Amino acid sequence: MTQDVILEIRGLRAGVGDVEILKGIDLTIRLGETHAIMGPNGSGKSTLVNVLAGKPEYEAWAGQVTYKGRDLLQMPPDERAREGLFLAFQYPVELPGVRIREFLRAALDSIREHHGLDKLSVREFNRLLQEKAKEMGIDQDFLRRNVNEGFSGGEKKRHEIFQLLLLDPTLALLDETDSGLDVDALKIVADGINRFRGPQKAILLVTHYQRILNYVAPDYVHILIDGRIVASGGKELALEVEAKGYEWLRQTVGG
Amino acid sequence: MASRRKVISRETGIEEKEYRWGFVIPIEEETVPKGLNEEIVRLISQKKGEPGWMTEWRLRAYRYWRSLGYVEPKWAKIYHPPIDYQDIIYYAAPPKESDRPKSLEEIDPELRRAFDKLGIPLEEQKRLAGVAVDAVLDSASVATTFQKKLEDLGIIFCPISEAIQKYPELVRRYLGSVVPYTDNFFAALNSAVFSDGTFVYVPPGVRCPMDLMTYFRINQAEVGQFERTLIVADRGSYVSYLEGCTAPIRKRHQLHAAVVELIALEDAEIKYSTLQNWYPGDREGRGGIYNFVTKRGICLGRNSKISWTQVETGSAITWKYPSVILKGDNSVGEFYSVALVNHRQQADTGTKMVHIGKHTRSTIIAKGISAGYGQNTYRGLVKIMPSADYARNFTRCDSLLIGNRCGAHTTPYLEVRNPTARIEHEATTSKISEEQLFYLISRGIREEDAQYMIVNGFCRGVFQELPFEFAMEVSQLLRVSLEGTVG
Ligand SMILES: Nc1ncnc2c1ncn2[C@@H]1O[C@H](COP(=O)(O)OP(=O)(O)O)[C@@H](O)[C@H]1O
Ligand SMILES: [Mg+2]
Repeated sequence: MTQDVILEIRGLRAGVGDVEILKGIDLTIRLGETHAIMGPNGSGKSTLVNVLAGKPEYEAWAGQVTYKGRDLLQMPPDERAREGLFLAFQYPVELPGVRIREFLRAALDSIREHHGLDKLSVREFNRLLQEKAKEMGIDQDFLRRNVNEGFSGGEKKRHEIFQLLLLDPTLALLDETDSGLDVDALKIVADGINRFRGPQKAILLVTHYQRILNYVAPDYVHILIDGRIVASGGKELALEVEAKGYEWLRQTVGG
Repeated sequence: MASRRKVISRETGIEEKEYRWGFVIPIEEETVPKGLNEEIVRLISQKKGEPGWMTEWRLRAYRYWRSLGYVEPKWAKIYHPPIDYQDIIYYAAPPKESDRPKSLEEIDPELRRAFDKLGIPLEEQKRLAGVAVDAVLDSASVATTFQKKLEDLGIIFCPISEAIQKYPELVRRYLGSVVPYTDNFFAALNSAVFSDGTFVYVPPGVRCPMDLMTYFRINQAEVGQFERTLIVADRGSYVSYLEGCTAPIRKRHQLHAAVVELIALEDAEIKYSTLQNWYPGDREGRGGIYNFVTKRGICLGRNSKISWTQVETGSAITWKYPSVILKGDNSVGEFYSVALVNHRQQADTGTKMVHIGKHTRSTIIAKGISAGYGQNTYRGLVKIMPSADYARNFTRCDSLLIGNRCGAHTTPYLEVRNPTARIEHEATTSKISEEQLFYLISRGIREEDAQYMIVNGFCRGVFQELPFEFAMEVSQLLRVSLEGTVG
């Protein structure tokens, strides 16, 4: 059984500075699964994925995280990425003057090198870029822009999923990739996520609304409130939360 | 450049990989005695076999310089111990001027190997994609490529010492016409002792078909390099000129005081690009080049254009303000600059745009990067004279700080004496944010590569002005210069 466990979180407590944000998280994700994490604003959803990705200011205080059988918290963040962990940011930062093409080339090269693969030729790289761009409805002019610079909210999210498809990791952490999207954009993003899914992949999808779950059906839904997972279930849990609101669960737990 | 030997300089213990241009070329050079007086000035002139007018000009410059009493300009934000001008050797050159090889085949193999190692092959067939090179070692030019091909077009591209002999009218007419020896302390010193450098003349209507490049190399210890470059673009002509420079690793500071003059006549355009990579000194600020340079161009004719692009990563101290005097109506001046300081380096650099003609336009884009304990100052003057109706200037100065022990300073001067002028000035100071670094790192990119990409992006507006030949070199340089700034 442990064979196909890709991520195992045990008793994870984490915070920023001396503020505790995650107060004991347990979660197991297997290959082929899609887990959704829902919760109100400020419940610690972004903190969880940032700790997993290794963002410097987020510190794990206690607990254990095992990724592909290794102690994730001991791995430097760039190595986590090269080992197939990917975070689609809630708020992707602008990189003035850094071209999308040059950025993706560097990322792909370092990942391939890590796996003992040759660098793609310019031609192969271009072909891959075209292919994935097309899948995400991204045009040539867009690829000439600087990373996230002057992007609309929707463009930023689409660009994150474009990277997901191009870099082809094993575990995708998607932080509110659905928020701020109109229905058309939401469909493109959801299609991209579904294209990524597969028996050798896993997804941890963080969301505030259950809307995206109509397009990306999760295997499991977890509700995060105040740094704790207060309920877990199938996708019907998401609908229940949608209908009754988070208050309902807060009371259940608190009571 | 396959050799990846680990060479340690005996003098400083600096590894060559930190400054891979830091080797000494094992070649015999003839020097004059240390120190400076009228005798030395005469001796240099004599060694070059110069005509009387040149010797006289040098002596006048020398006397003016002496009258300044060893007092350098004090307004720049740079600090160094006093320089002992009598403790410098003012001339060093491979044996005798007459021994300069007649053909490229006769070049000393040691020299050829050394320039190969610097990435400047002196064989024409191995040329840098269509670049003609004048290679200057310490005080003398050692090889010039493609002279024949250029001659056919009437273009003169030769060591200035040769031009003094062969084209005295042109040299007399223009030498000192943009930077008189009275201009400043270092210009006076240079005028007295300048040894070599490049002379370029492009005849009317000719578009120079290849980039012209001078590669300056300091080799000897205790030698100062004082090169002089003079470029004249006649009516309707165009030339792109590149300048590169390196020096061996030495424990003591070395002085480099160059003068560059550009003259663009009606409808002519000069594009001047510099990659300044003089030895910067070690981490503690020991050794390194003092780079005190006066560069100025004049847009003499209508519709002429002068464009300076510089990437300054080397030198312990850089003091340099490539400027344009916009005399001709409708003329255009541009200054694109990246100055990077790391460790204990200091740079005080910028430009002067002096608008005299009507409808003259200037653009200034200056990017300063400070890391380590480096101090970086942008100092720029935009001057609009009463005659310059409808002059326009756009200035943008951006500073990027890496770490919190370095400094960035911006000192713009504005002198507007015509109410029709339109001036825009933008300035920003930023730090590489953790957020930006993490975005790249989270995609598998190593931290030092991530930092390099951000810095490279910051410089993009300037780098895109560089000729193709320099682009690769620049990215390498930037990488090396940023080493040790991560973590
Ligand atoms: N970098 C940070 N510095 C300080 N506080 C933070 C930081 N990140 C998150 N927090 C705090 O932690 C709590 C959870 O935030 P977050 O993980 O972003 O929640 P969510 O993504 O569920 O909205 C909030 O109270 C937030 O203010
Ligand atoms: Mg969040």
